[in-house]
Amino acid sequence: MRVNVTPEIVAAHGLKPDEYAHILRVLNREPNITELGIFSAMWNEHCSYKSSRVWLRTMPTTGPQVVCGPGENAGVVDIGDGQVAIFKMESHNHPSFIEPYQGAATGVGGIMRDVFTMGARPVANLNALRFGAPEYARTRHLVSGVVAGIGGYGNCIGVPTVGGEVNFDPGYNGNILVNAMCVGIADADKVFYSAASGIGYPVVYVGSKTGRDGIHGASMASAEFDENSEEKRPTVQVGDPFTEKLLLEACLELMAGDAVIAIQDMGAAGLTCSAVEMASKGGLGLTLDLDKVPCREAGMTAYEMMLSESQERMLMVLHPDRTEAARAIFDRWELDFAIVGETTDTGRFIIRHQGELVADLPVDVLADQAPMYQRPWTPTPPAPYLAATDVPDTDDIGATLARLMGGPHLASRRWIWEQYDHMVMGDTVQRPGGDAAVIRVHNSRKGIAATTDVTPRYCAASPKEGGKQAIAEAFRNLCAVGAKPLAATDCLNFGNPERPEIMGQFVGCIEGISEACIALDMPIVSGNVSLYNETSGVAIPPTPAIGAIGLLDNIEHMATIAFKRDDDVILLVGETNGHLGQSLYAHEIAGRRDGAPPPVDLAVERRNGDFVREQIRAENIASAHDISDGGLLVAVAEMALAGNLGCALDLPKGACLRHAFLFGEDQARYVLGVNAAKVDALMAAAHKNNVPVTKLGKIGGREIVLDGKSVHSVTGLRGTHENWFPDYMEG
Amino acid sequence: MKSCVIVFPGSNCDRDVAVALEASSGNAPQMVWHGNTELPRCDLIVLPGGFSHGDYLRSGAMAARAPIMRAVVARANAGTPVLGLCNGFQIMTEAGLLPGALMRNAGLKFICRDVFLKVENNGTLFTRRYQNGQIIRIPISHHDGNYFADPTTLDRLESNNRVAFRYCTSDGVVNAAANPNGSLNNIAGILNEAGNVLGMMPHPERLIAPELGGSDGRAMFDALAEQLQCA
Repeated sequence: MRVNVTPEIVAAHGLKPDEYAHILRVLNREPNITELGIFSAMWNEHCSYKSSRVWLRTMPTTGPQVVCGPGENAGVVDIGDGQVAIFKMESHNHPSFIEPYQGAATGVGGIMRDVFTMGARPVANLNALRFGAPEYARTRHLVSGVVAGIGGYGNCIGVPTVGGEVNFDPGYNGNILVNAMCVGIADADKVFYSAASGIGYPVVYVGSKTGRDGIHGASMASAEFDENSEEKRPTVQVGDPFTEKLLLEACLELMAGDAVIAIQDMGAAGLTCSAVEMASKGGLGLTLDLDKVPCREAGMTAYEMMLSESQERMLMVLHPDRTEAARAIFDRWELDFAIVGETTDTGRFIIRHQGELVADLPVDVLADQAPMYQRPWTPTPPAPYLAATDVPDTDDIGATLARLMGGPHLASRRWIWEQYDHMVMGDTVQRPGGDAAVIRVHNSRKGIAATTDVTPRYCAASPKEGGKQAIAEAFRNLCAVGAKPLAATDCLNFGNPERPEIMGQFVGCIEGISEACIALDMPIVSGNVSLYNETSGVAIPPTPAIGAIGLLDNIEHMATIAFKRDDDVILLVGETNGHLGQSLYAHEIAGRRDGAPPPVDLAVERRNGDFVREQIRAENIASAHDISDGGLLVAVAEMALAGNLGCALDLPKGACLRHAFLFGEDQARYVLGVNAAKVDALMAAAHKNNVPVTKLGKIGGREIVLDGKSVHSVTGLRGTHENWFPDYMEG
Repeated sequence: MKSCVIVFPGSNCDRDVAVALEASSGNAPQMVWHGNTELPRCDLIVLPGGFSHGDYLRSGAMAARAPIMRAVVARANAGTPVLGLCNGFQIMTEAGLLPGALMRNAGLKFICRDVFLKVENNGTLFTRRYQNGQIIRIPISHHDGNYFADPTTLDRLESNNRVAFRYCTSDGVVNAAANPNGSLNNIAGILNEAGNVLGMMPHPERLIAPELGGSDGRAMFDALAEQLQCA
């Protein structure tokens, strides 16, 4: 089929006129339609990071714990004893909005492939989800579909989904965010990379057959939505978790030997992207014979095969004399195995189909000469400080607490995580509902803690403080379970980068994240950027979701949020200034959405977090919880609910205004439950480390009591907290 | 105790139950591929949880027709103890080792959470370390756990004391509120007529140590290991 490449066709492939001019210059001829499709796949925003690359380069990505930073399928971090953790978070926003079940499911499938491509067995899945306002007509349908899709995929493959976060905000009405994270564990000497090497070595295709699904998925993810986006449904891929389970087992079995030289999963832009990546990283050329590609349907064109995003496929370069042994493994798992090409020393990407040469392109141009833009940006104007005196007090603290904890922002997420198998693999030592999930490293006493965090309302008010806070909160959540934070992955969700104010949000968030990563020693080792999250010109709130992991040397020294026993003393770690700007209280109770978010003092974060972790290790802490959304009283109430125990609190004398003290969202704070006999030791250590610690009261009874008056019963609050989600979903 | 765990394509609790068997017996079980036709000599066969063949067609339907199943059924009929957990239970009903069927959960959603079970028959190899009427906490994790059988079959199960476990509240009340999936008579696990085959939806292999959140499942594997030690 000959198709003339017209300016309209070029535009339909998302290539700008100057980008196309560059293609003409380097080829010294017009590309054919297959070649144009390949350029479009490689040079779209999703694959090339053309708007974000210059900024991503500025982020801290190294450290003694980092084995491999960004640029591979996932980041690799040392966890001692000859083992590494391999992890990454990735977005699947656009497909999930169009087809929530399959969009979310294939997002989970894709991120798991990124992890096991590198030789790791996935051990934990997490996610970060943002939906529109609960009352928005489509929200319920999207929540239901996304949650079922995440569960449907992860449950079937048998990797526990152990954590995540969910926000509702009208800013996501037209663009939901589905960010999926996967953590795997591998032996340090069995990590696999994507760089091909060797000349004349077989290029092998394994996994599912190639169909027409998902063609141009990556291009869709690089464009805004409009009212006709429903029509894009056919570009959403369909997941088959059963095949992925077989692919996982077959790949790990193959990787136990020495057959694999390079491996790359076929994700966005499928065969094109995986082949070009392997050749480019190895400085080689590569030929493909498309007649050898296993196809699901007859009559597929070269163009369709090169752009298909059929799921559950991998491309590998194998040692020539191990090919037949490799084939036997995939035969046993009943998966396709086909030698579809070979490596060359020409530096060309050459594709043949039905006896014809259908593409002949320079690998380096495709991979390295993708356009890179210095997009103009304008900084987000600073939000003025909102004084607590300007935010009305509440006359009924109990009702306010119940409204917050029984509302969409803080209500229990049990309805979600009970649809996820969070225990399969038999190593979940801290289940969903706490600060961070903890997975035991199989056959050891070590634990990996994992969390996902960002507070979009902070990022919207101040991208830089919000960026800092996202890392700081991840750091706190890891410290609060007793883990040493190791590294982070970022999933940067923003609107249209061609608008300077959106680019300004992006730049601000990156600056904040980078500063916090350095201060808290949590380098970014992997990540993904999702731009153009806009519908009819309205962008999402800036949402740089952070996934982070930490290490526990011994899972016996792990804290949970639950109050443990009567008469334990409740302590507050950190300083409380009563910052109400951008707090949930200001938003939800006082109706004030203005003001600066709480400032993040990274040195204080580090000091307080290190202190809490060390005190958990010293066995001085019975329960620990970081203070975040909703402030101090919410944190205490969550601990009471988790432990099914009440408590009596006394406001410290000379504290700030009552509502600011109880609901302010000052950073770097934790609530602890401490056995009375251990309080002195803990206080002495705090004094030595200059960590402010305040006694708040003690655990006991069935009520949450403040200054001698009952605020709420634990049982009553539990009902409010647990019922919101199921009631909402029942409609 | 020599045990075999059958591995179907899509099994995903095979390793978990192997860990539990080894923890109680000291011996790692032999993992047997579904495509084999012969079973090694063993004292116990386990059909593990997971999504054999992706649950496509019907949960357990394709696995029940795997080559190895002919040998499993023959051994079961000859008296070898066989334990089916979750998807293993579904496979058992599809293979005719146990009566009835596991339909989609009444709430239509996948459910993963701890539930309470009342031990109804402790006179078996599997349940001997529990007391009759004991309440244990064990997780479920399934989409198709809604036990159904025709009235005659149900009657036979009940009158022959073949219900091993029933879903109950934390204080042992067997009622609709404690029934997570709509199972008839709150049935969580049943035995064959001879008592050597147990199928159950809950996952005892997931709670075998305090650090995992509980150890009520451990007694089942301890009981098997103890009784099958010299067999």
